[in-house]
Amino acid sequence: MNIIHLTLKIWRQTGPESKGSFKTYESGPITTAMSFLEMLDVLNERLILSGEEPVAFDHDCREGICGMCGSVINGTPHGPEKKTTLCQLHMRHFKDGDTLVIEPFRSRAFKLVKDLIVDRSPFDAIIAEGGYVSVNTGGTPDANAIPIPTFTAEQALDAAECIGCGACVAACPNGSAMLFVGAKISHLALLPQGQPERSKRALAMVKKMDELGFGNCGNEKYCEKACPKGISISNIARLNREFMKAAFCSVEE
Amino acid sequence: MSWILTVLSSSIGKKYIMAVSGACLSFFLLAHLIGNSVSFWGKEAYNSYASHLHSLGFLIYILEILLLLLFLVHIVMGITLFIENLSARPNRYAVKEKERNWSASTMPYTGILILLFLVVHLVNFHFITKTVSTAELVKTTLSNPLIASFYLLSLSGLTLHASHGFWSLFQSLGINHQKYNKLLQLGGLAMAVIIGTTFILIPLLIVTTDSFLQ
Repeated sequence: MNIIHLTLKIWRQTGPESKGSFKTYESGPITTAMSFLEMLDVLNERLILSGEEPVAFDHDCREGICGMCGSVINGTPHGPEKKTTLCQLHMRHFKDGDTLVIEPFRSRAFKLVKDLIVDRSPFDAIIAEGGYVSVNTGGTPDANAIPIPTFTAEQALDAAECIGCGACVAACPNGSAMLFVGAKISHLALLPQGQPERSKRALAMVKKMDELGFGNCGNEKYCEKACPKGISISNIARLNREFMKAAFCSVEE
Repeated sequence: MSWILTVLSSSIGKKYIMAVSGACLSFFLLAHLIGNSVSFWGKEAYNSYASHLHSLGFLIYILEILLLLLFLVHIVMGITLFIENLSARPNRYAVKEKERNWSASTMPYTGILILLFLVVHLVNFHFITKTVSTAELVKTTLSNPLIASFYLLSLSGLTLHASHGFWSLFQSLGINHQKYNKLLQLGGLAMAVIIGTTFILIPLLIVTTDSFLQ
């Protein structure tokens, strides 16, 4: 196990309305087996002991499945490792003496709460518009009672992998939520249970997404690269198709 | 019918408009390119192509108005999206993403460059009282090194714009399929490079070779 020392430039902002700025800290000795969040824990323990306000950051499961954590490390949401959440990013990926610039997710739709914490409840508001199945689907169906081709089921499951962390919005130069909404729409549009509300869902979720101040997709693919779950932009294309079908071919308005 | 307005003013609807107008403009680009390529067969061929085109008379006016509308839709919608997207990410990051998607990220800027080019291009060849043949007009105008270099710069910008646009318009319309994705991506890029370099060839040949269009 190696020990490394890092210089951390962390965004500090006391509240939504106050003006933030970067503050530089020395990490002290960090073992490379630590996760990124554990490294921040070590820093915070020191800050607390010295009477300084600890760095506020979001986290929960620390297993890469809840979608709570996430900051932008040297310009990349969730840091440099592909398909990795910040909590699963280990310090062995950094070298002794590295400088890490740690910023919160930035977009108009995600208001900053404090330091590295942003409010991602706009995602919940989008889900509340139709990211669910409200028809009674009965008890657990028998296996293969509803025929779904394996490939389709896999596609739906790939889309369902989205943990709603918001890295796609953070990575997008336009602050667009198309990858998130694309994943949620695809997940349900691909499965039989999602069919009854398919058109209504596409129109309502896109309408909400626009209202909440997310930007427009420019097909720049930064979202796909940043996604810790590897959600493909083919889901954005499916969203574009679903919206087109719902808008022009269904009776929903 | 208010639903149409609702659909087209949504974020995805705006992208449909960009995609469809972009696709139509691509066809215009291709037609313009084929026309320009006649210049490779010499002065006489080029002049004859130009006079045939002008002899279309009434039809050419209708096509011009349609083209103007297409450009207006694409430009106005592009600027709208650009402004909306700037305000959707008001705070920039201190450190920029290392691997940039250049053709995509520069779309608004190459777009503005193409708009400037369009104005210069129309002033050079459209809003002008022609006293000489089209071939001579092209030759003398583009012999000016300042104009020629602006053309080279703008047409490179156009190539970059199209290299993202050709693929992007399919994606915006939801055309993304694992059997065709490689074709769409490589085909779009190849089309952009072929169209771009052929356009660039004309000012380049005028500047470098005396015999071209002579």
